[in-house]
Amino acid sequence: MTATELTQLLADGLILGSMYGLIAVGYTMVYGILQIINFAHGEIYMLGGFGALFVYAWVPGLRAIPLWAALPVLLVVAVAVSVAAATGAERFAYRPLRGAPRLAPLISAIGLSLFLQQVVFNFFTLPGSSMGVTAPVPFPQFETAPLDLAGVQVSVAGLLTLALAAFGMVALTWFVRRTRTGRAMQATAQDPATARLMGIDTDRIIVIAFAIGAALAAVACVTQGLRLGTVSYNMGFITGLKGFTAAVLGGIGNIQGAMAGGVVLGLAESLASGALPHIDALAMFSGSVWKDVWAFVILIVVLLIRPQGLFGERVADRA
Amino acid sequence: MSALLEVDDLRVAYGKVEAVKGISFTVEEGEAVTLIGTNGAGKTTTLHTLSGLLRPAGGSVRFRGEDLAGVPAHRVVALGLAHCPEGRHIFPSLTVEENLFLGAYLRKDAPGIADDLERAYTLFERLRERRAQAAGTLSGGEQQMLAMGRALMCRPALLMLDEPSMGLSPIMMRKIMDTVAELRRTGTTILLVEQNARAALALADRAYVMETGRIVLEGTGTELARAESVRKAYLGED
Ligand SMILES: Nc1ncnc2c1ncn2[C@@H]1O[C@H](COP(=O)(O)OP(=O)(O)O)[C@@H](O)[C@H]1O
Ligand SMILES: [Mg+2]
Repeated sequence: MTATELTQLLADGLILGSMYGLIAVGYTMVYGILQIINFAHGEIYMLGGFGALFVYAWVPGLRAIPLWAALPVLLVVAVAVSVAAATGAERFAYRPLRGAPRLAPLISAIGLSLFLQQVVFNFFTLPGSSMGVTAPVPFPQFETAPLDLAGVQVSVAGLLTLALAAFGMVALTWFVRRTRTGRAMQATAQDPATARLMGIDTDRIIVIAFAIGAALAAVACVTQGLRLGTVSYNMGFITGLKGFTAAVLGGIGNIQGAMAGGVVLGLAESLASGALPHIDALAMFSGSVWKDVWAFVILIVVLLIRPQGLFGERVADRA
Repeated sequence: MSALLEVDDLRVAYGKVEAVKGISFTVEEGEAVTLIGTNGAGKTTTLHTLSGLLRPAGGSVRFRGEDLAGVPAHRVVALGLAHCPEGRHIFPSLTVEENLFLGAYLRKDAPGIADDLERAYTLFERLRERRAQAAGTLSGGEQQMLAMGRALMCRPALLMLDEPSMGLSPIMMRKIMDTVAELRRTGTTILLVEQNARAALALADRAYVMETGRIVLEGTGTELARAESVRKAYLGED
Protein backbone atom coordinates (compact mmCIF):
# COMPACT_ATOMS: atom_id res chain seq x y z
CA MET A 1 0.00 0.00 0.00
CA THR A 2 1.35 3.43 -0.91
CA ALA A 3 1.57 6.45 1.35
CA THR A 4 -1.07 8.18 -0.76
CA GLU A 5 -3.47 5.26 -0.32
CA LEU A 6 -2.89 5.34 3.44
CA THR A 7 -3.43 9.11 3.56
CA GLN A 8 -6.63 8.60 1.59
CA LEU A 9 -7.87 6.11 4.19
CA LEU A 10 -6.96 8.47 7.03
CA ALA A 11 -8.75 11.38 5.32
CA ASP A 12 -11.88 9.26 4.76
CA GLY A 13 -11.71 8.05 8.35
CA LEU A 14 -11.37 11.58 9.69
CA ILE A 15 -14.45 12.71 7.77
CA LEU A 16 -16.52 9.71 8.83
CA GLY A 17 -15.26 10.07 12.39
CA SER A 18 -16.09 13.74 12.72
CA MET A 19 -19.63 12.87 11.62
CA TYR A 20 -19.78 10.19 14.36
CA GLY A 21 -18.39 12.76 16.78
CA LEU A 22 -21.22 15.19 16.06
CA ILE A 23 -23.70 12.45 16.96
CA ALA A 24 -21.70 11.34 20.00
CA VAL A 25 -21.91 14.79 21.58
CA GLY A 26 -25.67 14.40 21.98
CA TYR A 27 -25.35 11.12 23.85
CA THR A 28 -22.64 12.47 26.09
CA MET A 29 -24.38 15.74 27.01
CA VAL A 30 -27.61 14.05 28.01
CA TYR A 31 -25.73 11.36 29.90
CA GLY A 32 -23.56 13.96 31.64
CA ILE A 33 -26.62 15.63 33.13
CA LEU A 34 -29.23 12.90 33.53
CA GLN A 35 -27.16 9.69 33.53
CA ILE A 36 -29.50 8.20 30.94
CA ILE A 37 -28.68 6.97 27.45
CA ASN A 38 -31.03 8.60 24.98
CA PHE A 39 -31.29 5.60 22.66
CA ALA A 40 -33.72 7.52 20.46
CA HIS A 41 -30.86 9.87 19.51
CA GLY A 42 -30.21 7.86 16.31
CA GLU A 43 -33.76 8.63 15.18
CA ILE A 44 -33.39 12.29 16.19
CA TYR A 45 -30.40 12.28 13.81
CA MET A 46 -32.36 10.58 11.03
CA LEU A 47 -35.27 13.06 11.33
CA GLY A 48 -32.87 15.93 10.61
CA GLY A 49 -31.99 14.45 7.22
CA PHE A 50 -35.62 13.86 6.35
CA GLY A 51 -36.52 17.39 7.45
CA ALA A 52 -33.93 18.78 5.05
CA LEU A 53 -35.06 16.47 2.25
CA PHE A 54 -38.68 17.46 2.83
CA VAL A 55 -38.14 21.19 2.22
CA TYR A 56 -35.79 20.49 -0.66
CA ALA A 57 -38.37 18.30 -2.37
CA TRP A 58 -41.44 20.44 -1.69
CA VAL A 59 -40.15 24.01 -2.04
CA PRO A 60 -39.56 24.43 -5.80
CA GLY A 61 -37.40 27.53 -5.38
CA LEU A 62 -34.74 25.56 -3.56
CA ARG A 63 -34.04 23.26 -6.48
CA ALA A 64 -33.84 26.24 -8.83
CA ILE A 65 -30.79 27.63 -7.01
CA PRO A 66 -27.37 25.98 -6.56
CA LEU A 67 -27.17 23.45 -3.74
CA TRP A 68 -24.63 25.49 -1.77
CA ALA A 69 -27.11 28.39 -1.72
CA ALA A 70 -29.95 26.14 -0.59
CA LEU A 71 -27.76 24.44 2.02
CA PRO A 72 -28.30 26.99 4.83
CA VAL A 73 -32.05 26.48 4.49
CA LEU A 74 -31.64 22.69 4.56
CA LEU A 75 -29.46 22.91 7.67
CA VAL A 76 -31.84 25.25 9.49
CA VAL A 77 -34.85 23.05 8.76
CA ALA A 78 -32.93 19.89 9.71
CA VAL A 79 -31.90 21.44 13.02
CA ALA A 80 -35.44 22.69 13.68
CA VAL A 81 -36.98 19.26 13.06
CA SER A 82 -34.44 17.39 15.21
CA VAL A 83 -34.59 19.93 18.03
CA ALA A 84 -38.40 19.78 18.05
CA ALA A 85 -38.30 15.99 18.19
CA ALA A 86 -35.65 15.88 20.92
CA THR A 87 -37.28 18.45 23.18
CA GLY A 88 -40.63 16.72 22.67
CA ALA A 89 -39.01 13.42 23.60
CA GLU A 90 -37.51 14.98 26.71
CA ARG A 91 -40.83 16.44 27.77
CA PHE A 92 -43.06 13.45 27.13
CA ALA A 93 -40.84 10.36 27.15
CA TYR A 94 -38.12 11.15 29.70
CA ARG A 95 -39.23 13.85 32.12
CA PRO A 96 -42.22 11.86 33.43
CA LEU A 97 -39.81 9.03 34.24
CA ARG A 98 -37.32 11.03 36.32
CA GLY A 99 -36.72 9.21 39.54
CA ALA A 100 -38.04 5.96 38.06
CA PRO A 101 -35.68 2.95 37.92
CA ARG A 102 -32.96 3.25 35.27
CA LEU A 103 -34.59 0.67 33.03
CA ALA A 104 -37.75 2.75 32.54
CA PRO A 105 -36.26 5.58 30.45
CA LEU A 106 -34.32 2.99 28.46
CA ILE A 107 -37.48 1.17 27.49
CA SER A 108 -39.16 4.50 26.79
CA ALA A 109 -36.26 5.34 24.44
CA ILE A 110 -36.55 2.08 22.52
CA GLY A 111 -40.30 2.61 22.10
CA LEU A 112 -39.67 6.15 20.91
CA SER A 113 -37.06 4.95 18.39
CA LEU A 114 -39.48 2.51 16.81
CA PHE A 115 -42.24 5.11 16.83
CA LEU A 116 -40.14 7.76 15.05
CA GLN A 117 -38.93 5.26 12.45
CA GLN A 118 -42.49 4.19 11.77
CA VAL A 119 -43.70 7.78 11.45
CA VAL A 120 -41.17 8.37 8.66
CA PHE A 121 -41.73 4.93 7.14
CA ASN A 122 -45.49 5.43 6.92
CA PHE A 123 -45.96 9.14 6.36
CA PHE A 124 -42.94 10.74 4.71
CA THR A 125 -44.01 11.66 1.21
CA LEU A 126 -42.11 12.98 -1.80
CA PRO A 127 -43.84 14.86 -4.62
CA GLY A 128 -45.34 12.46 -7.13
CA SER A 129 -44.97 9.33 -5.03
CA SER A 130 -47.32 7.59 -2.67
CA MET A 131 -47.18 8.07 1.07
CA GLY A 132 -44.38 6.38 3.03
CA VAL A 133 -40.73 5.53 2.33
CA THR A 134 -39.73 1.89 2.39
CA ALA A 135 -36.36 2.15 0.64
CA PRO A 136 -33.49 4.66 0.83
CA VAL A 137 -34.44 7.92 -0.89
CA PRO A 138 -32.09 10.11 -2.93
CA PHE A 139 -30.60 13.13 -1.18
CA PRO A 140 -29.33 16.19 -3.13
CA GLN A 141 -25.71 16.00 -4.20
CA PHE A 142 -22.96 18.51 -4.96
CA GLU A 143 -21.95 18.16 -8.59
CA THR A 144 -18.47 19.58 -8.13
CA ALA A 145 -15.74 16.98 -8.68
CA PRO A 146 -13.77 15.91 -5.59
CA LEU A 147 -10.74 18.01 -4.76
CA ASP A 148 -7.39 16.43 -5.47
CA LEU A 149 -4.91 17.18 -2.67
CA ALA A 150 -1.61 15.61 -3.78
CA GLY A 151 -3.40 12.51 -4.96
CA VAL A 152 -5.83 12.31 -2.03
CA GLN A 153 -9.43 12.79 -3.13
CA VAL A 154 -11.73 14.73 -0.83
CA SER A 155 -15.31 15.44 -1.82
CA VAL A 156 -16.95 18.81 -1.25
CA ALA A 157 -19.40 17.10 1.10
CA GLY A 158 -16.46 15.61 3.00
CA LEU A 159 -14.81 19.00 3.42
CA LEU A 160 -18.12 20.45 4.50
CA THR A 161 -18.43 17.70 7.12
CA LEU A 162 -15.02 18.58 8.55
CA ALA A 163 -15.77 22.30 8.54
CA LEU A 164 -19.15 21.93 10.23
CA ALA A 165 -17.80 19.51 12.83
CA ALA A 166 -14.91 21.83 13.66
CA PHE A 167 -17.18 24.85 13.84
CA GLY A 168 -19.71 22.96 15.95
CA MET A 169 -17.10 21.86 18.46
CA VAL A 170 -15.49 25.29 18.79
CA ALA A 171 -18.88 26.94 19.26
CA LEU A 172 -20.02 24.35 21.77
CA THR A 173 -16.81 24.51 23.79
CA TRP A 174 -17.06 28.29 23.91
CA PHE A 175 -20.72 28.07 24.96
CA VAL A 176 -20.11 25.58 27.77
CA ARG A 177 -16.97 27.22 29.15
CA ARG A 178 -17.63 30.91 28.64
CA THR A 179 -21.33 31.68 28.82
CA ARG A 180 -23.53 31.97 31.87
CA THR A 181 -25.88 29.25 30.63
CA GLY A 182 -22.91 27.03 29.79
CA ARG A 183 -21.56 27.30 33.34
CA ALA A 184 -25.03 26.57 34.65
CA MET A 185 -24.96 23.45 32.47
CA GLN A 186 -21.65 22.34 33.98
CA ALA A 187 -22.99 23.01 37.46
CA THR A 188 -26.13 20.99 36.72
CA ALA A 189 -24.03 18.06 35.47
CA GLN A 190 -21.81 18.12 38.55
CA ASP A 191 -24.45 18.60 41.26
CA PRO A 192 -28.06 19.17 40.17
CA ALA A 193 -29.54 19.82 43.63
CA THR A 194 -26.92 22.43 44.47
CA ALA A 195 -27.34 23.96 41.02
CA ARG A 196 -30.97 24.60 41.92
CA LEU A 197 -29.86 26.30 45.13
CA MET A 198 -27.94 28.76 42.93
CA GLY A 199 -31.20 29.66 41.16
CA ILE A 200 -30.55 27.53 38.09
CA ASP A 201 -33.71 26.16 36.48
CA THR A 202 -32.30 22.69 35.89
CA ASP A 203 -35.30 21.57 33.82
CA ARG A 204 -34.50 24.31 31.35
CA ILE A 205 -30.83 23.31 31.28
CA ILE A 206 -31.84 19.72 30.50
CA VAL A 207 -33.99 20.91 27.57
CA ILE A 208 -31.04 22.95 26.26
CA ALA A 209 -28.74 19.92 26.48
CA PHE A 210 -31.19 17.81 24.46
CA ALA A 211 -31.58 20.63 21.93
CA ILE A 212 -27.84 21.13 21.39
CA GLY A 213 -27.27 17.40 20.93
CA ALA A 214 -30.14 17.25 18.45
CA ALA A 215 -28.87 20.24 16.46
CA LEU A 216 -25.43 18.68 16.02
CA ALA A 217 -26.98 15.34 15.07
CA ALA A 218 -29.16 17.05 12.46
CA VAL A 219 -26.08 18.68 10.92
CA ALA A 220 -24.38 15.26 10.94
CA CYS A 221 -27.30 13.71 9.07
CA VAL A 222 -27.34 16.39 6.39
CA THR A 223 -23.61 15.86 5.78
CA GLN A 224 -24.15 12.11 5.68
CA GLY A 225 -26.93 12.55 3.10
CA LEU A 226 -24.73 14.82 1.01
CA ARG A 227 -21.82 12.36 1.11
CA LEU A 228 -23.73 9.14 0.47
CA GLY A 229 -26.52 10.49 -1.70
CA THR A 230 -29.35 8.80 0.18
CA VAL A 231 -31.18 8.81 3.49
CA SER A 232 -33.34 6.01 4.85
CA TYR A 233 -35.86 5.70 7.65
CA ASN A 234 -33.69 3.19 9.51
CA MET A 235 -30.33 4.91 9.01
CA GLY A 236 -30.36 6.09 12.63
CA PHE A 237 -30.03 2.61 14.05
CA ILE A 238 -26.50 1.58 13.14
CA THR A 239 -25.16 5.14 12.91
CA GLY A 240 -26.71 5.98 16.26
CA LEU A 241 -25.00 2.93 17.70
CA LYS A 242 -21.70 4.16 16.29
CA GLY A 243 -22.26 7.59 17.80
CA PHE A 244 -22.98 5.97 21.15
CA THR A 245 -19.83 3.85 20.80
CA ALA A 246 -17.83 7.01 20.07
CA ALA A 247 -19.25 8.67 23.19
CA VAL A 248 -18.29 5.69 25.35
CA LEU A 249 -14.86 5.49 23.70
CA GLY A 250 -14.20 9.14 24.46
CA GLY A 251 -15.43 8.84 28.03
CA ILE A 252 -19.14 9.38 28.37
CA GLY A 253 -19.97 12.80 29.82
CA ASN A 254 -16.94 14.44 28.21
CA ILE A 255 -17.86 16.66 25.24
CA GLN A 256 -14.42 16.92 23.64
CA GLY A 257 -13.92 13.23 24.36
CA ALA A 258 -17.03 12.43 22.31
CA MET A 259 -15.57 14.11 19.21
CA ALA A 260 -12.21 12.45 19.79
CA GLY A 261 -13.93 9.09 20.23
CA GLY A 262 -15.77 9.66 16.96
CA VAL A 263 -12.54 10.35 15.11
CA VAL A 264 -10.84 7.27 16.60
CA LEU A 265 -13.80 5.17 15.55
CA GLY A 266 -13.92 6.65 12.04
CA LEU A 267 -10.19 6.06 11.51
CA ALA A 268 -10.49 2.50 12.81
CA GLU A 269 -13.35 1.75 10.46
CA SER A 270 -11.62 3.25 7.47
CA LEU A 271 -8.37 1.39 8.13
CA ALA A 272 -10.23 -1.86 8.82
CA SER A 273 -11.91 -1.77 5.43
CA GLY A 274 -8.97 -0.35 3.48
CA ALA A 275 -5.69 -1.29 5.14
CA LEU A 276 -6.28 -4.76 6.53
CA PRO A 277 -6.47 -6.40 3.08
CA HIS A 278 -2.77 -5.57 2.80
CA ILE A 279 -1.89 -7.49 5.95
CA ASP A 280 -1.85 -11.16 4.97
CA ALA A 281 -2.77 -12.62 8.35
CA LEU A 282 -5.77 -10.32 8.75
CA ALA A 283 -6.88 -9.99 5.14
CA MET A 284 -9.78 -12.36 5.63
CA PHE A 285 -11.22 -10.08 8.35
CA SER A 286 -11.15 -6.96 6.21
CA GLY A 287 -13.53 -5.14 3.92
CA SER A 288 -16.70 -3.24 4.60
CA VAL A 289 -18.50 -6.28 6.01
CA TRP A 290 -15.97 -6.46 8.84
CA LYS A 291 -15.58 -2.76 9.54
CA ASP A 292 -18.39 -2.66 12.09
CA VAL A 293 -16.89 -5.65 13.86
CA TRP A 294 -13.56 -3.83 14.14
CA ALA A 295 -15.30 -0.73 15.47
CA PHE A 296 -16.69 -2.73 18.35
CA VAL A 297 -13.46 -4.66 18.89
CA ILE A 298 -11.76 -1.30 19.43
CA LEU A 299 -14.49 -0.33 21.88
CA ILE A 300 -14.04 -3.52 23.88
CA VAL A 301 -10.26 -3.27 23.96
CA VAL A 302 -10.31 0.37 25.08
CA LEU A 303 -12.87 -0.34 27.79
CA LEU A 304 -10.84 -3.27 29.08
CA ILE A 305 -7.79 -1.05 29.45
CA ARG A 306 -9.54 2.20 30.39
CA PRO A 307 -13.08 1.56 31.66
CA GLN A 308 -13.71 5.32 31.90
CA GLY A 309 -12.97 5.72 28.17
CA LEU A 310 -10.05 7.46 26.50
CA PHE A 311 -10.72 10.89 27.98
CA GLY A 312 -13.20 10.09 30.74
CA GLU A 313 -12.83 11.29 34.28
CA ARG A 314 -13.08 8.81 37.04
CA VAL A 315 -16.51 8.89 38.63
CA ALA A 316 -15.05 10.34 41.83
CA ASP A 317 -14.02 13.51 40.00
CA ARG A 318 -17.56 14.18 38.93
CA ALA A 319 -19.35 13.47 42.21
CA MET B 1 -44.40 43.35 61.91
CA SER B 2 -44.05 39.67 61.15
CA ALA B 3 -40.79 37.72 61.34
CA LEU B 4 -38.49 37.33 58.34
CA LEU B 5 -38.99 33.56 58.41
CA GLU B 6 -42.01 31.90 59.98
CA VAL B 7 -42.22 28.13 60.07
CA ASP B 8 -45.51 26.77 61.31
CA ASP B 9 -46.22 23.12 62.14
CA LEU B 10 -43.90 21.95 59.35
CA ARG B 11 -43.97 18.24 58.59
CA VAL B 12 -41.69 16.48 56.09
CA ALA B 13 -41.64 12.79 55.16
CA TYR B 14 -39.42 10.51 53.11
CA GLY B 15 -42.00 8.13 51.70
CA LYS B 16 -44.01 7.04 54.71
CA VAL B 17 -41.33 7.91 57.26
CA GLU B 18 -41.80 11.31 58.86
CA ALA B 19 -38.45 12.96 59.48
CA VAL B 20 -39.84 16.32 60.64
CA LYS B 21 -42.95 15.99 62.77
CA GLY B 22 -44.56 19.41 63.10
CA ILE B 23 -42.03 22.06 64.04
CA SER B 24 -42.61 25.78 64.43
CA PHE B 25 -39.98 28.48 64.74
CA THR B 26 -39.17 31.99 63.59
CA VAL B 27 -36.16 34.01 62.56
CA GLU B 28 -36.32 37.80 62.93
CA GLU B 29 -34.43 40.19 60.72
CA GLY B 30 -30.87 40.73 61.96
CA GLU B 31 -30.91 37.70 64.26
CA ALA B 32 -28.64 34.69 64.39
CA VAL B 33 -30.71 31.64 65.23
CA THR B 34 -29.29 28.18 65.69
CA LEU B 35 -30.89 24.80 65.32
CA ILE B 36 -28.96 22.15 67.22
CA GLY B 37 -29.56 18.46 67.78
CA THR B 38 -27.96 15.07 67.36
CA ASN B 39 -27.36 13.34 64.07
CA GLY B 40 -30.64 12.33 62.41
CA ALA B 41 -32.78 14.84 64.31
CA GLY B 42 -34.14 16.32 61.08
CA LYS B 43 -32.14 19.55 60.82
CA THR B 44 -30.90 19.03 57.26
CA THR B 45 -34.35 17.87 56.18
CA THR B 46 -35.77 21.11 57.58
CA LEU B 47 -33.31 23.30 55.65
CA HIS B 48 -33.88 21.35 52.44
CA THR B 49 -37.60 21.99 52.80
CA LEU B 50 -37.10 25.71 53.45
CA SER B 51 -35.02 26.08 50.30
CA GLY B 52 -37.51 24.11 48.20
CA LEU B 53 -35.45 20.99 47.49
CA LEU B 54 -37.99 18.95 49.45
CA ARG B 55 -41.77 19.37 49.55
CA PRO B 56 -43.45 19.52 52.94
CA ALA B 57 -46.13 17.00 53.90
CA GLY B 58 -47.87 19.68 55.94
CA GLY B 59 -47.59 23.03 57.66
CA SER B 60 -46.39 26.28 56.17
CA VAL B 61 -43.27 28.34 55.56
CA ARG B 62 -43.51 32.09 55.14
CA PHE B 63 -40.48 34.09 54.07
CA ARG B 64 -40.72 37.89 53.93
CA GLY B 65 -44.45 37.43 54.27
CA GLU B 66 -44.67 35.18 51.21
CA ASP B 67 -45.96 31.62 51.40
CA LEU B 68 -43.26 29.33 49.97
CA ALA B 69 -45.69 26.47 49.23
CA GLY B 70 -45.05 25.24 45.70
CA VAL B 71 -42.21 27.70 45.00
CA PRO B 72 -39.46 25.69 43.25
CA ALA B 73 -35.92 25.77 44.68
CA HIS B 74 -34.51 27.94 41.90
CA ARG B 75 -37.09 30.65 42.69
CA VAL B 76 -36.64 30.52 46.47
CA VAL B 77 -33.10 31.85 46.18
CA ALA B 78 -34.43 34.73 44.09
CA LEU B 79 -36.48 35.75 47.15
CA GLY B 80 -33.29 36.14 49.16
CA LEU B 81 -33.03 32.80 50.95
CA ALA B 82 -29.54 31.32 50.53
CA HIS B 83 -28.71 27.77 51.53
CA CYS B 84 -25.13 26.70 52.17
CA PRO B 85 -25.61 22.92 52.16
CA GLU B 86 -24.21 20.29 54.50
CA GLY B 87 -21.08 18.75 53.03
CA ARG B 88 -20.23 21.99 51.14
CA HIS B 89 -21.25 20.78 47.64
CA ILE B 90 -18.98 23.09 45.71
CA PHE B 91 -18.79 22.44 41.94
CA PRO B 92 -15.48 20.56 41.79
CA SER B 93 -14.41 21.06 38.17
CA LEU B 94 -15.26 24.74 38.07
CA THR B 95 -12.78 27.29 39.33
CA VAL B 96 -13.15 29.05 42.67
CA GLU B 97 -14.23 32.24 40.92
CA GLU B 98 -16.72 30.43 38.66
CA ASN B 99 -18.25 28.87 41.77
CA LEU B 100 -18.60 32.31 43.33
CA PHE B 101 -20.20 33.73 40.19
CA LEU B 102 -22.73 30.90 40.20
CA GLY B 103 -23.79 32.15 43.63
CA ALA B 104 -24.82 35.37 41.85
CA TYR B 105 -26.44 33.46 38.96
CA LEU B 106 -29.75 35.33 39.10
CA ARG B 107 -28.27 38.80 39.54
CA LYS B 108 -27.87 41.21 36.65
CA ASP B 109 -26.13 44.13 38.42
CA ALA B 110 -22.51 43.67 37.34
CA PRO B 111 -21.08 46.40 39.62
CA GLY B 112 -22.91 44.98 42.65
CA ILE B 113 -21.65 41.47 41.82
CA ALA B 114 -18.08 42.78 41.55
CA ASP B 115 -18.45 44.44 44.98
CA ASP B 116 -19.71 41.23 46.53
CA LEU B 117 -16.94 39.20 44.92
CA GLU B 118 -14.46 41.58 46.51
CA ARG B 119 -16.26 41.22 49.83
CA ALA B 120 -16.06 37.41 49.62
CA TYR B 121 -12.33 37.63 48.88
CA THR B 122 -11.84 40.01 51.78
CA LEU B 123 -13.69 37.66 54.09
CA PHE B 124 -11.68 34.68 52.83
CA GLU B 125 -8.29 35.82 51.53
CA ARG B 126 -7.43 32.20 50.81
CA LEU B 127 -10.08 32.13 48.09
CA ARG B 128 -8.52 35.12 46.39
CA GLU B 129 -5.19 33.30 46.19
CA ARG B 130 -6.89 30.27 44.68
CA ARG B 131 -9.43 32.04 42.48
CA ALA B 132 -8.31 30.34 39.23
CA GLN B 133 -7.91 26.88 40.76
CA ALA B 134 -10.45 24.06 40.29
CA ALA B 135 -12.61 24.00 43.41
CA GLY B 136 -12.19 20.24 43.76
CA THR B 137 -8.48 20.74 44.56
CA LEU B 138 -9.20 22.85 47.67
CA SER B 139 -8.85 21.50 51.22
CA GLY B 140 -12.00 20.82 53.22
CA GLY B 141 -11.77 24.11 55.08
CA GLU B 142 -11.21 26.07 51.89
CA GLN B 143 -14.17 24.33 50.30
CA GLN B 144 -16.29 25.40 53.26
CA MET B 145 -15.13 28.99 52.78
CA LEU B 146 -16.04 28.73 49.12
CA ALA B 147 -19.49 27.33 49.89
CA MET B 148 -20.12 30.20 52.32
CA GLY B 149 -18.73 32.82 49.95
CA ARG B 150 -20.88 31.42 47.16
CA ALA B 151 -24.03 31.57 49.31
CA LEU B 152 -23.25 35.22 50.16
CA MET B 153 -22.94 36.14 46.49
CA CYS B 154 -26.74 36.34 46.14
CA ARG B 155 -26.78 39.02 48.86
CA PRO B 156 -29.20 36.95 50.91
CA ALA B 157 -31.80 38.33 53.29
CA LEU B 158 -31.35 35.07 55.22
CA LEU B 159 -28.28 32.85 55.12
CA MET B 160 -28.85 29.21 56.09
CA LEU B 161 -25.70 27.32 57.03
CA ASP B 162 -25.83 23.55 57.48
CA GLU B 163 -23.00 22.24 59.67
CA PRO B 164 -20.31 24.61 58.38
CA SER B 165 -17.73 23.28 60.86
CA MET B 166 -18.28 19.59 60.10
CA GLY B 167 -15.13 17.58 59.52
CA LEU B 168 -12.76 20.54 59.91
CA SER B 169 -9.58 20.87 61.96
CA PRO B 170 -10.01 22.83 65.22
CA ILE B 171 -8.19 25.83 63.73
CA MET B 172 -10.32 25.83 60.60
CA MET B 173 -13.46 25.32 62.69
CA ARG B 174 -12.51 28.41 64.73
CA LYS B 175 -11.98 30.43 61.55
CA ILE B 176 -15.34 29.43 60.11
CA MET B 177 -17.24 30.13 63.34
CA ASP B 178 -15.46 33.49 63.70
CA THR B 179 -16.60 34.36 60.19
CA VAL B 180 -20.18 33.41 61.04
CA ALA B 181 -19.96 35.66 64.11
CA GLU B 182 -18.56 38.47 61.96
CA LEU B 183 -21.35 38.10 59.40
CA ARG B 184 -23.85 38.29 62.23
CA ARG B 185 -22.20 41.46 63.59
CA THR B 186 -22.31 43.11 60.18
CA GLY B 187 -26.04 42.51 59.96
CA THR B 188 -26.53 39.27 58.02
CA THR B 189 -29.51 37.29 59.28
CA ILE B 190 -28.41 33.71 59.93
CA LEU B 191 -30.02 30.35 60.51
CA LEU B 192 -27.20 28.07 61.67
CA VAL B 193 -27.49 24.31 61.96
CA GLU B 194 -24.70 22.78 64.01
CA GLN B 195 -23.66 19.69 65.88
CA ASN B 196 -20.95 21.76 67.52
CA ALA B 197 -23.50 23.08 70.01
CA ARG B 198 -21.06 24.96 72.18
CA ALA B 199 -19.81 27.18 69.36
CA ALA B 200 -23.30 27.63 67.93
CA LEU B 201 -24.87 28.64 71.25
CA ALA B 202 -22.04 31.08 71.91
CA LEU B 203 -22.81 33.17 68.88
CA ALA B 204 -26.58 32.74 68.51
CA ASP B 205 -29.22 35.16 69.75
CA ARG B 206 -31.73 32.36 70.04
CA ALA B 207 -31.60 28.60 69.73
CA TYR B 208 -33.88 25.64 69.13
CA VAL B 209 -33.04 22.08 70.12
CA MET B 210 -34.33 19.35 67.80
CA GLU B 211 -34.76 15.69 68.67
CA THR B 212 -36.19 13.05 66.33
CA GLY B 213 -38.16 15.47 64.22
CA ARG B 214 -39.45 17.71 67.01
CA ILE B 215 -38.32 20.92 68.69
CA VAL B 216 -37.90 20.02 72.34
CA LEU B 217 -36.36 23.20 73.77
CA GLU B 218 -35.99 26.82 72.80
CA GLY B 219 -34.52 29.93 74.36
CA THR B 220 -31.72 32.46 74.05
CA GLY B 221 -28.25 31.13 73.31
CA THR B 222 -27.04 31.80 76.85
CA GLU B 223 -30.16 30.29 78.44
CA LEU B 224 -29.75 27.04 76.56
CA ALA B 225 -26.01 26.92 77.12
CA ARG B 226 -26.82 26.99 80.86
CA ALA B 227 -29.78 24.55 80.75
CA GLU B 228 -28.81 21.30 82.42
CA SER B 229 -30.38 18.98 79.85
CA VAL B 230 -28.52 20.72 77.03
CA ARG B 231 -25.22 20.63 78.89
CA LYS B 232 -25.57 16.89 79.43
CA ALA B 233 -26.80 15.93 75.99
CA TYR B 234 -25.02 18.37 73.68
CA LEU B 235 -22.10 19.95 75.50
CA GLY B 236 -20.66 16.71 76.82
CA GLU B 237 -20.72 17.80 80.48
CA ASP B 238 -22.04 15.83 83.43
N1 LIG C 1 -32.90 11.01 51.47
C1 LIG C 1 -33.42 10.41 52.56
N2 LIG C 1 -34.23 9.34 52.42
C2 LIG C 1 -34.78 8.74 53.50
N3 LIG C 1 -34.55 9.12 54.76
C3 LIG C 1 -33.75 10.17 54.98
C4 LIG C 1 -33.14 10.86 53.88
N4 LIG C 1 -32.39 11.86 54.39
C5 LIG C 1 -32.52 11.81 55.73
N5 LIG C 1 -33.33 10.78 56.08
C6 LIG C 1 -33.74 10.44 57.46
O1 LIG C 1 -34.40 11.54 58.02
C7 LIG C 1 -33.99 11.74 59.35
C8 LIG C 1 -33.46 13.12 59.53
O2 LIG C 1 -32.26 13.26 58.80
P1 LIG C 1 -31.50 14.64 58.66
O3 LIG C 1 -32.49 15.68 58.33
O4 LIG C 1 -30.38 14.44 57.74
O5 LIG C 1 -30.96 14.87 60.15
P2 LIG C 1 -29.83 15.82 60.71
O6 LIG C 1 -29.48 16.81 59.66
O7 LIG C 1 -30.46 16.45 61.91
O8 LIG C 1 -28.67 14.97 61.07
C9 LIG C 1 -32.98 10.64 59.66
O9 LIG C 1 -33.64 9.59 60.31
C10 LIG C 1 -32.51 10.20 58.31
O10 LIG C 1 -32.16 8.83 58.34
MG1 LIG D 1 -27.62 17.12 58.81
